[in-house]
Amino acid sequence: MSHNLSDFVAQSVQTLPEALRLLAEPADPSLGPWRPLAGGTDLMVTLAAGTLPAGRYVDIWPLDELRGITVTDQAIELGALTTYTEIRQHAQLMTEFPLLGLAAKETGAIAIQNRGTIGGNIANASPAADTPPALLAYDAELELTSLSGVRTVAYSQFHSGYKQMDRRPGELITKVRLRRPPSDAPGRTVHYYRKVGTRAAQAISKVCLAAFARIDGARLLNIRLGLGSVAPTPLRCTRTESVLLSGPLDEALIRRAEATLAYECSPIDDVRSTSAYRRRVTLNLLRELLQQCRSDRRE
Amino acid sequence: MRLTLTVNGIERTCDVHPLARLLDVLRRDLSLPGTKEGCGEGECGACSVFVDGKLVNSCLVPAMQVAGRDIQTIEGVAPSAELLDRVQEAFLRHGGAQCGICTPGMILAAKALLAEHPQPTMAQVREGLGGNLCRCTGYTKIFESVIAAAALPAIPPSAQPSALEEAKR
Repeated sequence: MSHNLSDFVAQSVQTLPEALRLLAEPADPSLGPWRPLAGGTDLMVTLAAGTLPAGRYVDIWPLDELRGITVTDQAIELGALTTYTEIRQHAQLMTEFPLLGLAAKETGAIAIQNRGTIGGNIANASPAADTPPALLAYDAELELTSLSGVRTVAYSQFHSGYKQMDRRPGELITKVRLRRPPSDAPGRTVHYYRKVGTRAAQAISKVCLAAFARIDGARLLNIRLGLGSVAPTPLRCTRTESVLLSGPLDEALIRRAEATLAYECSPIDDVRSTSAYRRRVTLNLLRELLQQCRSDRRE
Repeated sequence: MRLTLTVNGIERTCDVHPLARLLDVLRRDLSLPGTKEGCGEGECGACSVFVDGKLVNSCLVPAMQVAGRDIQTIEGVAPSAELLDRVQEAFLRHGGAQCGICTPGMILAAKALLAEHPQPTMAQVREGLGGNLCRCTGYTKIFESVIAAAALPAIPPSAQPSALEEAKR
């Protein structure tokens, strides 16, 4: 082990108010603020690698009030500590929001899925994470809780830059909310998720596209595109979406959408892939999605 | 912190840092070296153990999160000193182990798989063991061993001499 554990303070809590009280404490001059620790699948990797900042960590894993999936008339809500395994096992969630299940299945392998949490995946703020594109495609909302109350943020507005997010001091991500569409919403729905990586299990993505679309005849009524690994943050591609909603979904529109997406994403060269490869594959995935939209139309 | 947990059915206590890796607690503090360290970052599965019956990578689990929990390691898989678990038995019979570093993790992942899918398809075996790397690349024999284990009775009849006994001879 390359780290010195004596630089780290860690404390377990048994209730949410206890956690919020610690998170609200002013930053310690040498150890900084309390930071939340959930399933550890990201944090423990950086701890072992010696890149985790020394400081104070509050273990929220025991908080059962942040676990579980709740279905209401309006929404399906996931507690922040819901694991990928729990997502995959929830039949109604898998039926109504299948992209989230596909993302969970693509995250690590079984042992990671038993420990990794949806809240942790969001708060770790990796642009390469697997669930954020799905959350963007469904226009998810986050609930953040602090001692001063509960605040709701559109997930598409949450990440502001690389590892930067709209989480105020003292706040904890407590819930992810997926709004259920009205049952009489018009058009056919298409749910698309594809992660491109080096191997099926475990690999961190080179590119990931999640999309939700409604299509009626030759026109898209609605489309939301969430991309991973091609920008400093998980990327909602609103400009490309606007192009796709501007006319019938024909070859000319697809080409305009591709041209727009090529500029809307900003992939980099890194250990996993190159900028050029990522941009090419991103456009290929968009085309595959749109071909699915068109072929569904003909069914 | 003073950590008390149950490992392979026995209550154990040790003094550890709350963020110490469960892997190190098992190997160093509790002298159970059957659990291996491969990558140390949750990619290879060599350190797989059960926590409350769920498969985890012990290199990513901090000690503070296993206080009072029930851990099973490879040392606790065989029902007795004389008998092997059916997965161990099948790995021996079908050449599922080469150098042995990945084997404890493979066996625990296989047990997790068989608990969920008693008669798994090859696709389910591949997914269930997808988080476990074999540096000898002996995957075909490993997958065959898991399929063979599914055909064995879950608790081996004590009358049957095990492959371990044969191997000892």
